[in-house]
Amino acid sequence: MALPPQAGVGFKPQHFKAIRATCPDLGFFEIHAENFMGAGGAPHAMLAALRQDYAISIHGVGLSIGGSSLDPGHLARVKALCDRYQPDSFSEHLAWSSHGNEYLNDLLPLPYTPETLNRVCEHVDHVQEVLRRRMLLENPATYVTFADSTIPETEFMAMIARRTGCGLLLDVNNVFVSCTNHRSDPLDWLGGFPLELVGEIHLGGHDEEELPSGPLLIDAHGREVAEPVWALYGQVLDRAGPLPTLVEWDNDIPEWPVLKAEADRASSMLADRRQHAAAQ
Amino acid sequence: MQPLSDFTDDFRNALTTGPGRIGLNYTDAEEAARRFAVYRNNVAHSLKQALARRFPVIQRLVGAEFFTALAREFISKHPPRSPVLQEWGGAMPGFLRDFPQVAALPYLPDIASIEWARGLAYHAADAQPIDPATLAERDVLHLHPSLALLRLDHPAVSIWQANQPGQNGRIKVNGPESALIWRRSDFSVATIRIGADDAGFITGLLETGSLVKAAEITDPVAMLSLLLREKLICEEEMTR
Amino acid sequence: MNPKLATAIATAISLSGAVAYADDAKKAEKGDMEKCYGVALAGENDCAAGPGTTCAGTSTKDYQGNAWKLVPAGTCTEIETPAGHNGSLEPIES
Repeated sequence: MALPPQAGVGFKPQHFKAIRATCPDLGFFEIHAENFMGAGGAPHAMLAALRQDYAISIHGVGLSIGGSSLDPGHLARVKALCDRYQPDSFSEHLAWSSHGNEYLNDLLPLPYTPETLNRVCEHVDHVQEVLRRRMLLENPATYVTFADSTIPETEFMAMIARRTGCGLLLDVNNVFVSCTNHRSDPLDWLGGFPLELVGEIHLGGHDEEELPSGPLLIDAHGREVAEPVWALYGQVLDRAGPLPTLVEWDNDIPEWPVLKAEADRASSMLADRRQHAAAQ
Repeated sequence: MQPLSDFTDDFRNALTTGPGRIGLNYTDAEEAARRFAVYRNNVAHSLKQALARRFPVIQRLVGAEFFTALAREFISKHPPRSPVLQEWGGAMPGFLRDFPQVAALPYLPDIASIEWARGLAYHAADAQPIDPATLAERDVLHLHPSLALLRLDHPAVSIWQANQPGQNGRIKVNGPESALIWRRSDFSVATIRIGADDAGFITGLLETGSLVKAAEITDPVAMLSLLLREKLICEEEMTR
Repeated sequence: MNPKLATAIATAISLSGAVAYADDAKKAEKGDMEKCYGVALAGENDCAAGPGTTCAGTSTKDYQGNAWKLVPAGTCTEIETPAGHNGSLEPIES
């Protein structure tokens, strides 16, 4: 059970008609779990239709794996969704988004300490036990770092994967955003990241603002993937080979052909690497 | 090093008050504040956007700037309790009823009730419509799970319709209205105004399931043909 | 079942193929409606960040919600309400 090493797209309901009309040559669609937790209606009808023709990735945005506790009710709903659609992948974020019984609707950052590591590992273990499947954990886009952090992000994620057996979701845009924001080199970051554990890649567009100290990139998913991120993605493929690759676009969502063109670009890069591997 | 529970407590507080106590890695306070503002904006803006998408006519009626302030007030009083945002916002009609700043627009709670009910209808359970030929044999009728009847104090359906995209908002109406809301077979959500007698008929059907009893309230032909045409008389709710 | 109700059912079935009740919201909901509002009902959660470091109305002071100098200023005009209030508002934006 894994996604095919092809390009996929984050599913948006406004694209459903175009997708059905054109049957695009894509490896998979990814959905945000929380948008498919109603009882019935269009969301389930669309997802069931997509499920017949494509591999499906369910991507949670609300489990708050870095938070103080997991919400058992919400985890049960994630499980029900996974049981119903049998996705080829389930993934979540290295972040927190709930505090007490208040949902904050943002992927908030964590200090990378042994204590955080224990908490995240405990929660990943629990999610995998309840879902009875291996999950992927995604690296975050961050705008601050904490004085308390003692473990580099790449090492932190490698330790989580080692201790829990989970796989990793490498968001290449997040790597570029975070490294730019923290004035570090994305290639150094990639050098420390266990690429062999990556089960999926994310690509998305970011916004750019300017601080007195330099640029601040925002993970806004509201435009095309930036050229340096495509270049970094190429480096990842050179090192890791073809991997399932998602293009995300969540704000200012364009017409389907625009999004499809982004996925096509990923597809052709993946095809290049496959040819290259076959020639060797 | 501070314990992690303190960290999330402090971070949550900082979303309201600023990042003074959360141990950010920046000596320049302005730098720390600008960076931290991304999180504060994400939380405030994304929740406001969720409300604006759920209550678009409320936003249009009060204006974008006022809506942003209203949303902030709503969020602080009724924050989402679950990550499933489509289930958040049911407190809006009551909140508006008690909100002195909108007292001059007494129909807003009714509009919010319509918008909330439309979302519920969109996500309601599926159900198998009956064969109309079997209607006369049935003692108990089940209406589609998406169907809702709202009895409104104000002409809120008219106001809601006049404030859809492309409409100019100008109407002359008066008096209470009833709204009938359901999900069509093509999954779009219908919202229509129905008369008081027809509302009584629907209420009777929803409460008793008995066509015989409901038909005592008013001539059932108009509502019954609507229910059949829209496939709203169903077998018992499907359970997956 | 009384004959009158049986007749009503038969009439309703025959009418149900036609438009028997003014479905006057349908027009408004087609076209723009599907694009602007319909999809909004589909779900709200995503994993994208929002507007960056500056965002009108989300300053710390505003976020605490103590600045209530605003008045509603939307598009709706000439609504007579049953309570006798007049909900007239000057259009400020469309």
